[in-house]
Amino acid sequence: MANGQMRSPLGRAIGLGSAKEGVEHWWRQRVTALVLVPLTLWFVIAVIGLVGADRAVFVAWVKSPGPALLLILLLVATFYHAALGLQVVIEDYVHGNAMRLGTLIVMRLLCIAFAVRGIYAVLTIAFGA
Amino acid sequence: MTSDQRPLSPHLQVYRWQLTSVMSILHRVAGIALSFGSILLVWWLGAAADGPGPYAAVQNFLGSWLGLLLLFGWSAALFYHLCNGIRHLWWDTGNGFELKTAYATGWAVVIVAAVLTIIAWIAGLHGWSR
Repeated sequence: MANGQMRSPLGRAIGLGSAKEGVEHWWRQRVTALVLVPLTLWFVIAVIGLVGADRAVFVAWVKSPGPALLLILLLVATFYHAALGLQVVIEDYVHGNAMRLGTLIVMRLLCIAFAVRGIYAVLTIAFGA
Repeated sequence: MTSDQRPLSPHLQVYRWQLTSVMSILHRVAGIALSFGSILLVWWLGAAADGPGPYAAVQNFLGSWLGLLLLFGWSAALFYHLCNGIRHLWWDTGNGFELKTAYATGWAVVIVAAVLTIIAWIAGLHGWSR
């Protein structure tokens, strides 16, 4: 199977297989997963430290450069990883081309929207009064 | 082509559940739950940016029994997806596929995720009562 004798020379060179796409999705899912391991652990520990904190304490925390940058990275990696994962779920369970495509587009746009809203909030706090 | 007449595989009525398949399904379920749970994070950050009023509203909600229940589910899903995700990354290197190893790492993930969830809540509730 691995010798590729059933495929045309062009097909072998492009290497996309029957799904018409390569390994990008798989790789991006793994890379975002790797990034999220330390980011998630940092976030959980940080949140535990902020339990019961009032807004002033929380704002002061976000205003420090480390947390602000890490929160933005967390938002990007989380919603990127979520979009990649939800894409597979939708491709598996949503049937009918129009319905599937529509669901995929709405899901992607929502992931982008929430990520942007979160990043905007972090920047507002970081650079706000 | 009529597909509704065909038998289902696996046969759900006589299907014997096993740790490995249940964990695989749970990984996906936890991932979906965490996707929705991430909205909570954005809501929290947005409220903090909007001002003291909205932030207090979020804090009140998260401190309610429903908020605490959501946070508990979110944290359990997070630790499970995190631990099992590391198991998946280990599989991606081509290791750990032997049946015995797959079960051993599976139970390890279940136990470590449960322990981390409990530790996080003990630490969190300790901070809350401060």
